[in-house]
Amino acid sequence: MFYRENGQFKTTYKADQQAFVIPQDRWAIVAIVVFAFVGVPLLVDEYMFRAILVPFLILSLAALGVNILVGYCGQITLGAGASMAVGAYAAYNFLVRVDGMPALAAILLGGLVAAAAGIVFGAPSLRVRGLYLAVATLAAQFFWDWAFLRIKWFTNNSSSGNVSVSDINLLGWTVNTPTDKYLFCLGILVAFTMMAKNLLRGNMGRQWMAIRDMDVAAAVIGIRPMYAKLTAFAVSSFYLGVAGALWGFVNLGSWEPAAFSIDRSLQLLFMVIIGGLGAISGGFFGAAFIVILPIFLNQMLPLVGGLLGLDVSIALAAHVEIIIFGSLIVFFLIVEPHGIARLWATGREKLRLWPFPH
Amino acid sequence: MKLRKIAVTVSLAAIGLSAALTAPATFAAEEQFFPVLSFRTGAYAPNGTPWANGYVDYFKLTNARGGVNGVKMIWEECETAYATDRGVECYERLKGKHGGATVVQPLSTGITFALTEKAPVDKIPLITAGYGRSESQDGSVFAWNFPLIGTYWMAADVLVQHIAKKEGGFDKLKGKKITLVYHDSPYGKEPIALLQERAKMHGYELSLLPVAHPGVEQKATWLQIRQNKPDYVFLWGWGVMNSTSIKEAQATGYPREKMYGVWWSGAEPDVKDVGDGAKGYNALAMQHGAEQGSKVVKEILEKVHAKGQGTGPKEEVGQVLYMRGLISAMLAVEGVRSAQARYGKGKRITGEQMRWGLENINLDQKTLDGMGFGGVMRPVQTSCLDHMGSAWARLHTWDGKKWNFSSDWYQGDEKVLRPLVISTAGRYSEEKKIVRRTAEDCKK
Repeated sequence: MFYRENGQFKTTYKADQQAFVIPQDRWAIVAIVVFAFVGVPLLVDEYMFRAILVPFLILSLAALGVNILVGYCGQITLGAGASMAVGAYAAYNFLVRVDGMPALAAILLGGLVAAAAGIVFGAPSLRVRGLYLAVATLAAQFFWDWAFLRIKWFTNNSSSGNVSVSDINLLGWTVNTPTDKYLFCLGILVAFTMMAKNLLRGNMGRQWMAIRDMDVAAAVIGIRPMYAKLTAFAVSSFYLGVAGALWGFVNLGSWEPAAFSIDRSLQLLFMVIIGGLGAISGGFFGAAFIVILPIFLNQMLPLVGGLLGLDVSIALAAHVEIIIFGSLIVFFLIVEPHGIARLWATGREKLRLWPFPH
Repeated sequence: MKLRKIAVTVSLAAIGLSAALTAPATFAAEEQFFPVLSFRTGAYAPNGTPWANGYVDYFKLTNARGGVNGVKMIWEECETAYATDRGVECYERLKGKHGGATVVQPLSTGITFALTEKAPVDKIPLITAGYGRSESQDGSVFAWNFPLIGTYWMAADVLVQHIAKKEGGFDKLKGKKITLVYHDSPYGKEPIALLQERAKMHGYELSLLPVAHPGVEQKATWLQIRQNKPDYVFLWGWGVMNSTSIKEAQATGYPREKMYGVWWSGAEPDVKDVGDGAKGYNALAMQHGAEQGSKVVKEILEKVHAKGQGTGPKEEVGQVLYMRGLISAMLAVEGVRSAQARYGKGKRITGEQMRWGLENINLDQKTLDGMGFGGVMRPVQTSCLDHMGSAWARLHTWDGKKWNFSSDWYQGDEKVLRPLVISTAGRYSEEKKIVRRTAEDCKK
């Protein structure tokens, strides 16, 4: 009933080629974006912005990048954290070494540098596949971890290896309050998501998906595997690089290489697997699951314990949090292996048929 | 059907709970709130737990003593697991509660770096007692950071002074080989700047051997030490890395007597498991060591633990890291006391007033004796420009069962430390375009 497309006739090619073909979808997306830009800043407090929403937006962007590579092009990567680190440190270097460099330009340039690094470390994908490729991408992770810890030039000779960035300035708008930071990240995320949406349903995205589904067959019908795989690595690393720069510049303000360790890479991979491989919304669901759930559990457990008359200590809460979080991951993988995005798609299908399911 | 019912009930309960959570808490005016960022889980839990126990116990003791001029201490703990992003989340969660945080002690160099950017905006001072960034001693640039009673630079300086004394003078250090085995993180890298500065002055040869997190893999490091045969090894280790280092030293036959740890490498959890193998191992005691015999520890056992309100096991009260937490809390409470002296006794202190309080701490020997800290630490006096307050430290040595003091008091050499602090802080102020506070600003 809610999703019925009966009676919606497309009479032009333009109407048929829209990003969101069904009007319900289109309006829902517009409503969500408007709400995110206008409604959310009126509703939530500083803690929500700084501790939950900003990390969520930035990691959603990173998960989107991983999803392009893993979900759409089928190339498993364990070097996502490294791409974020390259983006963050490259952006930092552009900012401190080039006089008068605007922060947004530095962030985008950081993304480009990450894309270049992604192409280099994506090269093994031309010869190795699957798990072997995952191991090869680990090299990127360890190499960049090492480089940012050891090569002093990257950290502007900071004695402790820690770098920091002061407030971001964008055409006279200083991004320093929590609301500003949220809007800045949201703006970038919306622009990048639209870009991904269009890229994925265009020529390039179709090439990636063909490679993912069967690379030999794709090559036979005239898709160049090298071009398709390396563009996927480049675009994915660009997204990750921008996300890394935002993570450093906007979320932390001051960071060390440990912020982009192997843990981050695994976390991003889990996000897209749990959220849904090969679905743009998957990155958002995955990021929400991984960012928000642990914090929610961490705050809820002592309260729930209090209601039951139990004294839950901080250490116990932290341990139980890890247990519940882990079990939920297993639960979702068993019940819905295609990720939360698939759950959402099923729900939509139900809404379409409601109230008369066959 | 039943499952669905349960699911609905649980989610409704969760919604109700989150509503209860966000509802503004009512607070009495005479309560002073302290966020406690601790790490009781993860690879570093053995070191983080006693610190947090000591920190919380001192607030309990303060309340048992009647608070600060009647103002009660309240606190809330948040688990960071030593991760910077979780630490920042904890800070954001707690900073506005109960009328606002008084002071934050991040207990991690990484979190300290991240919060240094936020402190001036939120107007909440940071105490990093013995850790954090060494250049933040310069209060004219780092207006909100307080590395009270010691920094890593000071610690490194004292260690160099000690071995110079052992060798019979600074001129004897020429040609000696010193190796720094350090945790590869901002924390472990902190002392390098000072050790290099001292190497230039005295002509010893410094080699740097980083150990990757968490530090259980050190075979290659100790192979290098065996080949290189340094005269001294400085250990800037952390959690499980410390005991691994000592075990590796034992395996390679490097004498433990020539190993010197920083205070994070000089507590019971670091050597307990090695036992006799760690005999003779030295570590820096930033003012205090294990202080089971001190008056304040006895008072805690009697007023807090005897009433069943203690935090953590009774046997650990008075251990090195417990004392560290205790002293960190004591400095915070004394900051409140000195701020109350100016802004009104028996009143709640805001973060901004707390900064003034911390800049005007003056604990003389008599006050310390009165609080039960006699023999535990030396007098502390801070000022607007000097946020450290005291540069004294001594060394202690593990005898296989407990830590015993093995040196006199040393004072970090101002002639070496000060120029390094000023120049590094100056670079930071240029980068951030911070205008140095003048004597006028200090009076405000």
